[in-house]
Amino acid sequence: MKTVLTSLVIAASFSAHAGIEDSVKALASVGREGAGNEAAGVAWREVVKAGTSALPALLKAAGKGSPVADNWIRTAGDAIIAAELAAKRKPDLAPVISFLKDTSNAGGARVLAFDLIRQADSSAADGIEPTLISDPVQALRRGAVERLIQAAKKADGDAAKAIYTKALAAVRDEDQTKTIAGALDKFGVKVDLPQHFGFVMKWHVIGPFDNTERKGFDTVFPPEKEINLDAKYDGKSGSVKWQSVVSDDAYGKIDINKPLGAKKEVTAYAVSTFEAPEARDAEIRLGCKNAWKVWVNGELLFGRDEYHRGQKMDQYIMKCWLKKGTNTILVKACQNEQTEQWTVEWEFQLRVCDSTGTAILAANR
Amino acid sequence: MNTRLFLSIIATASLPLEAADWPQFRGPDSSGTVAGAQIPAKPKIDWTAPLPGRGLASPIVVGDRVFVTCSSGPSQERLHVICFSANDGSRIWERQLQATGRTMAHPKTSVAACTPCSDGRSVFAIWSTNDMAAFDLDGGLLWVRGLTADYPNASNSLGMASSPIVIGGTVVTMIENDSESYTLGIDAKTGRNLWKLDRPKSANWTSPVPWKTDASSPAVAVLQSSKGLLGVNAETGSTLWEYKDGASTMSSSVVSGGVIYAPSNGITAIVPKANGEEPEQLWRSRQINPSTISPVVLGGMIFSINGAGVIATADIKTGDNKWKLRLTGSFSGSPVGSGNHLVAVNENGLLQIVDTAVEGGAVKGTVQLPLKKEPEELVLSTPALSGGKIFVRADSALWRIGNDGE
Repeated sequence: MKTVLTSLVIAASFSAHAGIEDSVKALASVGREGAGNEAAGVAWREVVKAGTSALPALLKAAGKGSPVADNWIRTAGDAIIAAELAAKRKPDLAPVISFLKDTSNAGGARVLAFDLIRQADSSAADGIEPTLISDPVQALRRGAVERLIQAAKKADGDAAKAIYTKALAAVRDEDQTKTIAGALDKFGVKVDLPQHFGFVMKWHVIGPFDNTERKGFDTVFPPEKEINLDAKYDGKSGSVKWQSVVSDDAYGKIDINKPLGAKKEVTAYAVSTFEAPEARDAEIRLGCKNAWKVWVNGELLFGRDEYHRGQKMDQYIMKCWLKKGTNTILVKACQNEQTEQWTVEWEFQLRVCDSTGTAILAANR
Repeated sequence: MNTRLFLSIIATASLPLEAADWPQFRGPDSSGTVAGAQIPAKPKIDWTAPLPGRGLASPIVVGDRVFVTCSSGPSQERLHVICFSANDGSRIWERQLQATGRTMAHPKTSVAACTPCSDGRSVFAIWSTNDMAAFDLDGGLLWVRGLTADYPNASNSLGMASSPIVIGGTVVTMIENDSESYTLGIDAKTGRNLWKLDRPKSANWTSPVPWKTDASSPAVAVLQSSKGLLGVNAETGSTLWEYKDGASTMSSSVVSGGVIYAPSNGITAIVPKANGEEPEQLWRSRQINPSTISPVVLGGMIFSINGAGVIATADIKTGDNKWKLRLTGSFSGSPVGSGNHLVAVNENGLLQIVDTAVEGGAVKGTVQLPLKKEPEELVLSTPALSGGKIFVRADSALWRIGNDGE
């Protein structure tokens, strides 16, 4: 009888586990335009009902490439921890902490693990956070970097300088980098911001081509067909040729108005060669308040026809593949017809980095 | 089960919203008013509920619950939905999502700029990132969408701000911008598209409003843009009529008594026609310029506040100008009201009650909301009304305002 009961318990447990696995799979399987929402809605309740036993399966399913699926998973984890706290139970965080510490797990899933730890037990999260200073996931580093910044602000002299120097090695976010670089500057340490971020500083620019009625955005001008730095082409108001431009901006801005003059209803191109030491995945991160397109090695990564709504570093993040050796990065930047003072800018900033924001530097930098 | 009980359940299930609810931006019918609300003559803060992040999305009220959205994190990538008790401000539940769309926005606005909406059963929240989620009233997730994940060029680097509405079983949400610009009719139950309508490629922060031919007719979704107004069948997305004389991309229309008062060339009062012809224009007044703030109709008057805080008024039948009254401060949130009283909260958190029955108008009561100085916060949101209470939020807190002595 005992054996039968044990078998039944094991079978029920296995069945429940399999049920949770299936439910989590439904959450992770949602597709475009809400495909799979109906099944996911049912599965979400099953997963939440299962409680903390579902957390390992949820974490395992997270961070696999669908940020929308991750929100199904995240809210389920959120609801499970909230229910535990409402019931005044202390959730067993050991599996979640173990998952977080394993850096082979997906970055997004590890961020979720840390958030769940924070939600369940903020003192446990406070204890873990400083250990994440060199974590491969930038979002996990940020808290540790902030702790160093706060510690440095309370320290004096060489001690403060040493803490800021340690923080600089870990920092990737723009705001924290500015704070650290500004503090180190007062200690006589100049931080090479373009190098820290991986901004591409050397370009060749050509234009203006026509962009009357904003039609230039979709018009294929010669630089989209060939890159020949010695060539001349018919531009909007005469012959145009490539000009060398080097950014002197700490954040790599290329002001197209400087080589081409402040013009309206025009299109320009900028090209740079990037000597990659090895073949690898990379990210192109662009800031631009003009309509733009970006190609790497002739492949269009993305384009956007929005004008003068604002610009910031890392405004657009695009995945790409760098081949070993010479890579060609081509940017198209369009200026529209608006004449207000705030529509004068015709510029962009572009950097190459990995998915954590760590600079990838070209050999020909 | 007896027939009476069965019918009672059916009636309850099909009409979940209560009369005192404020289920979306600018309340029931998006009109800035709700029948039966009593505006406190001597406003005072009943309770304060701290918020975990920024936002100018208005609170909404469903039954005895208040729902608020926020955004937090270094780039406002954390998206919060929080349910509070309307009675005491205690937090009932909170859910967090991670932004899947772009978080960039003008520093003055925030990612939590779009007011959620409810059909009385569910809450539909959307942020500037175009992340959208539906919850039941107890925080159970019903569905999630990432509308920038679905349509990658749908975003506005200044921030999106249009607030969705629910008509029947359709959530109507305008994702209108300079690039991939569209409006969606989304199945409230499943989150799947019922229809998708291409819209003018132009930044647009206005919100859809429901319009009815008469009380018994199904509501039409009115979509506003720089081109004008479009009446759309909420169930199918088909166009029913169009007004083509341009309209604001910031201040939304208000509907009262079957008339649409559109922020178009000042204010233009129009009545759509059932045969699809261009709507009939009743009047137009360029003396009332709503700027970025949406107008409200109370009694026989339309009220509009400009950014500098001047209330302009006009007769809704003729458009003839009436009085003007300068309030204290500058405004971003729109006024709301009930009966003869307007409620307006300036950016510095001074809530002002205006008696509109007095010729020339008069400020009858005020209360100063205790805004944070570091970092400095502003009230950019539109208040919500329910019963005798006013609900208003800034970045740091949600407040309930009641009547002193009650």
